[in-house]
Amino acid sequence: MKYKSIFDIIGPVMVGPSSSHTAGAVRLGHLARKIFGREPKRVGITFYGSFAETYKGHGTDVAVISGLLDMSPDNPDIPDGIDIARSHGIDMTIGTSDDAVDFPNTVRLSLEDDEGKLDFTGISIGGGMVEATEINGFEVKIDDENPALLIEYIDKAGIIARITARLAVENINISTMTVSRRSRGADALMVISTDQKVPDETVESMMKVPGIAMVTPME
Amino acid sequence: MKLLTTMHMWIEEASERECSLGETMLQHEMWHSETEETVILERMEQQLQVMEKACERGLAGVTSRAGLSGMDGKRLNEYRLRNTTLLGPIVSQAVAYGVAINEVNASMGVICATPTAGSSGVVPAVLFAVRDALTLDRRAQLQFLVTAGGVGLMLANNASISGAGGGCQAEIGSATAMAACALTEALGGTPEQCGHAVALALKALLGLTCDPVAGLVEVPCIKRNGTAAATAITCAEMVMAGVESKIPVDEVVLAMGSIGRMMPVALKETALGGLAQTETARRMTQQLRETGRIDTKN
Ligand code: SF4
Repeated sequence: MKYKSIFDIIGPVMVGPSSSHTAGAVRLGHLARKIFGREPKRVGITFYGSFAETYKGHGTDVAVISGLLDMSPDNPDIPDGIDIARSHGIDMTIGTSDDAVDFPNTVRLSLEDDEGKLDFTGISIGGGMVEATEINGFEVKIDDENPALLIEYIDKAGIIARITARLAVENINISTMTVSRRSRGADALMVISTDQKVPDETVESMMKVPGIAMVTPME
Repeated sequence: MKLLTTMHMWIEEASERECSLGETMLQHEMWHSETEETVILERMEQQLQVMEKACERGLAGVTSRAGLSGMDGKRLNEYRLRNTTLLGPIVSQAVAYGVAINEVNASMGVICATPTAGSSGVVPAVLFAVRDALTLDRRAQLQFLVTAGGVGLMLANNASISGAGGGCQAEIGSATAMAACALTEALGGTPEQCGHAVALALKALLGLTCDPVAGLVEVPCIKRNGTAAATAITCAEMVMAGVESKIPVDEVVLAMGSIGRMMPVALKETALGGLAQTETARRMTQQLRETGRIDTKN
């Protein structure tokens, strides 16, 4: 039984017109913002596949930007997302690409400010559900439904054990964990989905492990 | 309580408990989500208020971002208030409300997907058209939505409620079946009769394709929300007159699912066939790509 609750049918409350091209797009922008950790100053958006064909009519561009502004899919301000972003001084470029993609509703985002940059690829998989598929060149699979930790590190033996030990001490259950790296011994990205939120102190203690470059908690 | 997975199981359970489908579904929701009745009804009240606001906005008049649709809900409402309609006061309201609510969806307004965004007008349109005439109090209106939600669950789990998965019969068809069932219950029909209403409504729309112009949830979606609301009322009234489905409801549900799987991908939300590939639709698609707007005049 895929659908359990009557509220899966009488709901969600959302800004129209499309659960995949509008509500899903808001959630993709929101997911990228959570990974970036703050509001970006410069935003590049490239739409692929069906997103590229129809983004103007579905308001997919406005929706992604509203998500980057921390809005959720039922926020009535979504249609004004671009104007609001402009008033925040955010610089935006929006375009499309004909390149073939594995999934029809794909968007690439590049988020920047003076402190850093995030390259993000995400897909809207239907019914408003979304996934991040690539972060800074690493293949990933992250949804926006569970808390997660993104950990960038230098790939060497023992690091994973030292990280998971810190979660074990706090009694935090890991639901899924993926590791991807660009090449052996080079930098790698670990994504750990957890059942509970990871406390700030644990995140700080992970930052002190030698070889760890960056720990980003996502609630 | 046990997990209700088919219309038949749900109807049997209601008959055993000697209560309505809606009451049984409410108990079912309380049981599997471990939530109190008041919490569920409060949440449904919020969904109902979103539907009411959307209807009000649509009747005041909205247009879509691309300019392909809008203002028809207002037009229909004014017409029915000025004229003696062939549809009569109730069905003409249902048509106007269905269109109005779905125009709000197309205009990036806030709606409650029922079961999807593209078909979000049908169930509330029928409810708002009949609630005064049938003197449904607030509790009865919430139960109307609970019953409709229960039908949607059976359809979603045994067939499909997505245009990409099963064509428009799965979206508008499902919404119509949900509304027909809830209305039959509100009219005092038995659980068996409610099941017949689902079967009749589905059969009215079996095979309906999803071929939206320019891939937008506007043409034919919006007008279909109006005509489907009228169909739902028709089916409920047929059932109340004693008409029954010759094919049991769960078999009709499975037929909808199987037709959906057989339907070519070109007619399942991809805009690669049918209405979406007419000469005019192709010109509109081109215009949207180039200018971000569609001029419906030329
Ligand atoms: S035509 Fe397609 S997009 Fe439009 S309401 Fe039907 S299923 Fe939804």
